[in-house]
Amino acid sequence: MSAFTLEDLKAVMRSAAGEDESLNLDGDILGVDFAALGYDSLALMEAASRLQRDLGVELPEEEVADAATPAAFLTLVNDRLAEAGTAR
Amino acid sequence: MTAVVTGIGVAAPTGLGVEEFWAGTLKGASAIGPITRFDASGYPVGLAGEISGFDAAAQIPGRLLPQTDRVTQLALAATGWGLADADVDPARFGEFDMGVVTAGSIGGFEFGQRELQALWRDGPEHVSVYQSFAWFYAVNTGQISIRHGMRGPTGVLVTEQAGGLDALAQARRRVRAGTGLVVSGGMEAPLCPWGVAAHVRNGGLSRSRDRDRAFLPFDADAGGHVIGEGGAMLIVEDAGRARERGAPHVYGEIAGYCATFDPPGGTRLAEAITGALDDAGVDPSGIGAVFADASGVPSLDLVEADAIRRVFGKRSTPVPVTAPKTMFGRLSSGGGPVDVAAALLALRDGVVPPTVNVGDLAPGCELDLVREARPVPLSAALVIARGHHGFNSALVVRSAA
Repeated sequence: MSAFTLEDLKAVMRSAAGEDESLNLDGDILGVDFAALGYDSLALMEAASRLQRDLGVELPEEEVADAATPAAFLTLVNDRLAEAGTAR
Repeated sequence: MTAVVTGIGVAAPTGLGVEEFWAGTLKGASAIGPITRFDASGYPVGLAGEISGFDAAAQIPGRLLPQTDRVTQLALAATGWGLADADVDPARFGEFDMGVVTAGSIGGFEFGQRELQALWRDGPEHVSVYQSFAWFYAVNTGQISIRHGMRGPTGVLVTEQAGGLDALAQARRRVRAGTGLVVSGGMEAPLCPWGVAAHVRNGGLSRSRDRDRAFLPFDADAGGHVIGEGGAMLIVEDAGRARERGAPHVYGEIAGYCATFDPPGGTRLAEAITGALDDAGVDPSGIGAVFADASGVPSLDLVEADAIRRVFGKRSTPVPVTAPKTMFGRLSSGGGPVDVAAALLALRDGVVPPTVNVGDLAPGCELDLVREARPVPLSAALVIARGHHGFNSALVVRSAA
């Protein structure tokens, strides 16, 4: 099972919630707050909703809301993917 | 306190931006044509006033594209143009000193249709979180407020085609009560399968497929109207404060307004017109042009012609009447603000824009219809807008002192 990467996350954020032209997502953004990247809680909910469908994992709203940075979000998604893999 | 319009943002089938719109309107170039935004071949109507050449991605922030319907993208673009025209930097106003009052009649129908299709085809987990607000009548007010940090008085009026004038009247109230600036107007984008189906059910639409014969208000051959997309956002400020900050334009004053509601089987349109003139303190002889509601439904045309005659009949010369909407169709809540924009530009340039395509007038509709751009020295104009099921609104604009 392949891991969910920062590039995957950027792709889903751009598609689900657009991109703030005044910011650059291509730098080192792993530890940057989503708010500083122009993404609010709705943007994260929309992205999480798409990932739940596309990856077949469950991403509870409270845990998505607690993931303040891309690094935390990647950890959340990859943990869920690993659990799903183990369960299978 | 005097509420004046200091900026105009128009998105109409006849032009994007105030000067392109006005140049096209004075030329009388119709933008009514076959519906191309979707396959309308199965519909009983085939014509509309479509906006072409609008590039949302070039006009609004990328973050807003996935969460907005076309109607909101148009409203945000028009607001940006209006603020630029007024040379307003929102950062120089207090955030609670700026408000937003718009009118809507269907909200973000195309967005809503797409999400409902996803709901029934794929299930609830396929519905966007943005559906929670993107379809809603209030969405334009909300998105404009958020984008520009305008946290003062806000509101939404839903009275179909009358709504755009009702919103401007509310903007005037807020400015008179002390708010520094109000973005106000109306916008519509009904040209999707669901939107057109809803308008067909509402009735009054022309079944004609001839773009030059489909929308003929006051004409002996009138057979309903054509719908269009678009509207206008106006920047409304207090005259004194606009002068203090050095606003580059003062297009005119929102001088008078009145709204009435028809009783069953009757009409109160003339009372709305008289009320707006009284509110403005203008005699019928002081009105240089009437921008008619121009339904295109013969019985409603007769009511409007009769009301105009009752109010203006004692003048020594007939009042010039025009309906630029014959070039782009009825815009629901966007229609009144576009007519107000045209009326303000008519005051500025001393020329009344034309009504196109109308031929012989129907018996009872013998008005002085302006058929080619007509130079008229005018200092005040009347705009009439009627919403389905009995809403009447009338608004007077006057050259600023």
